[in-house]
Amino acid sequence: MSGILSICYLIASVTFIIGLKMLSNPASARKGNLIAAGGMIIAIAGTIFLYEDDGKKLGNYLWIFSAIIIGIITGTLIAKKVKMTAMPELVSFFNGMGGACAALISMVEFDYVFRANRLLDSNSFSNVVSFGHYLAIIAGTIIGSVSFAGSMIAWGKLNGSIKDFAFKGQHFINLLILLLVVASAVVAYCTNVRIANVPFFITVALALLYGVFFVLPIGGADMPVVISLLNSFTGVAAACGGFLYDNKAMLTGGILVGAAGTLLTILMCRAMNRSLKNVLIGSFGGPKNATATSSGTHGSYKEISVSDAAMLMAYSKKVMIVPGYGLAVAQAQHSCHELEKALEEKGVEVKYAIHPVAGRMPGHMNVLLAEADVNYDKLLEMDDANEEFKTTDVVLILGANDVVNPAAKNDPSSPIYGMPVLEVELAKTVIVNKRSMKPGYAGIENDLFSQPKTSMLFGDAKKVLQNLIAELKNV
Amino acid sequence: MQTVINFLRQNIELIYIVILMIFLGIEIIGRVPSVLHTPLMSGANAIHGVVIIGAIIVMGKAESGNYMALILGFLAVVLGTLNVVGGFVVTDRMLEMFRKKKTKV
Repeated sequence: MSGILSICYLIASVTFIIGLKMLSNPASARKGNLIAAGGMIIAIAGTIFLYEDDGKKLGNYLWIFSAIIIGIITGTLIAKKVKMTAMPELVSFFNGMGGACAALISMVEFDYVFRANRLLDSNSFSNVVSFGHYLAIIAGTIIGSVSFAGSMIAWGKLNGSIKDFAFKGQHFINLLILLLVVASAVVAYCTNVRIANVPFFITVALALLYGVFFVLPIGGADMPVVISLLNSFTGVAAACGGFLYDNKAMLTGGILVGAAGTLLTILMCRAMNRSLKNVLIGSFGGPKNATATSSGTHGSYKEISVSDAAMLMAYSKKVMIVPGYGLAVAQAQHSCHELEKALEEKGVEVKYAIHPVAGRMPGHMNVLLAEADVNYDKLLEMDDANEEFKTTDVVLILGANDVVNPAAKNDPSSPIYGMPVLEVELAKTVIVNKRSMKPGYAGIENDLFSQPKTSMLFGDAKKVLQNLIAELKNV
Repeated sequence: MQTVINFLRQNIELIYIVILMIFLGIEIIGRVPSVLHTPLMSGANAIHGVVIIGAIIVMGKAESGNYMALILGFLAVVLGTLNVVGGFVVTDRMLEMFRKKKTKV
């Protein structure tokens, strides 16, 4: 029987690898996801029905099945109902659930060892439990807890219920908490078993606290990177569970995600032209200084009315739309598609220029515009878009800022110098829709706004787009 | 030192898996286009939901009188299922949109 279970786990491990491989290619991504899901079902069903420990099968089927059913129903409902713009926080939420799950398993496992040994007199865990076993328990607990607490904070930040919070010396305190976590974990291993649960639960509490403090100071726009990092943490926590139960599926799945997640985190940082260290440590120091030096030096800019903007676009040959964070926040992707249709009725060619890191997550814009039925052909990647700007009459920028900042090319002292940007200034006219003149998340001034060919169109992206569509009908 | 060597010797098979998986994980997504970063992250998120296997084992092994294990195990299974189901469904929803456009073209 357990032979069949091993085969189930082997199949699951292989599907995870194939699934992840296929997920990194646009053509096969969806199939890859389904293959991994299939492997997961095999592994779960196999565990429920075939798992044996010393010839003893699992019990408590009623509990297991009711828990799974609750999980399936709530999970599907949340996943189906949530808006596409809320995707990043949702991934974070689910990631937190996985982290909590890993932490809980390790805690129960600790409890078993604790109960089994606490009656023995004057013995420490170091005498009764092997180093590897304890390491798996404590690492699973700590990493799972950090991942859970961090993901919940990231979730709260992205849906706007938790504000950025940073104070002086926070890095120092974070480091101190981390040291305390390790210290209390060591204490729990070395003290008398009878009281070892006290330092253990202190470890859990400190790990949760660390998770909170780790994510709190990081700015909202950097959240995707942090979520990706926490995602790989949870992978490692799951792998610790694999060590505990000598379970190859958990081990392969966990480590695979841990490694791939870490690389993905680095790739995301690279796409934003930032280093991971910069995101994690420089997160609140950097932007503050930048705004301090540049605030109050707004160049002069000119505004354009909605009707003028509509007129301008209606009589041009080619319009390029540059969507950004503002569009995602205002959930204006559908209005954006309507504008595109209204313009095309007037014989205007409309295309979209997508910066790799536009939106709330890398690749987020493609997902959003796809949701609004925008044709895949109309989405231009950065290099193609930069070619096309030369022949474009009007560029409409919707809530994007740093990704169109010419300082990235011209100003070596700029913090984003070297980041690849959309060269919108090559077009004849540029209309920028923003809510205000506030700088983007990198906190730097954008010269584009004060250039003579640029006009500003202030307001919420969705409202502005609706007004534009209404005006277009009158033209 | 002795403990570390013992630890390595006892778990050498698992350690091989860990090391190979690290290389594989890095190799596998090495050339992912940035368009797919979000779905890939979400998919990877679903895969680490495999931790639910551990939760099921904990739950199934819990004796009927051990309420701590039962309650924590129950919670772990619920949360693990949320991770797995939610993760895969959301990833599929995201990727569905890419697919729809491609076949139309």
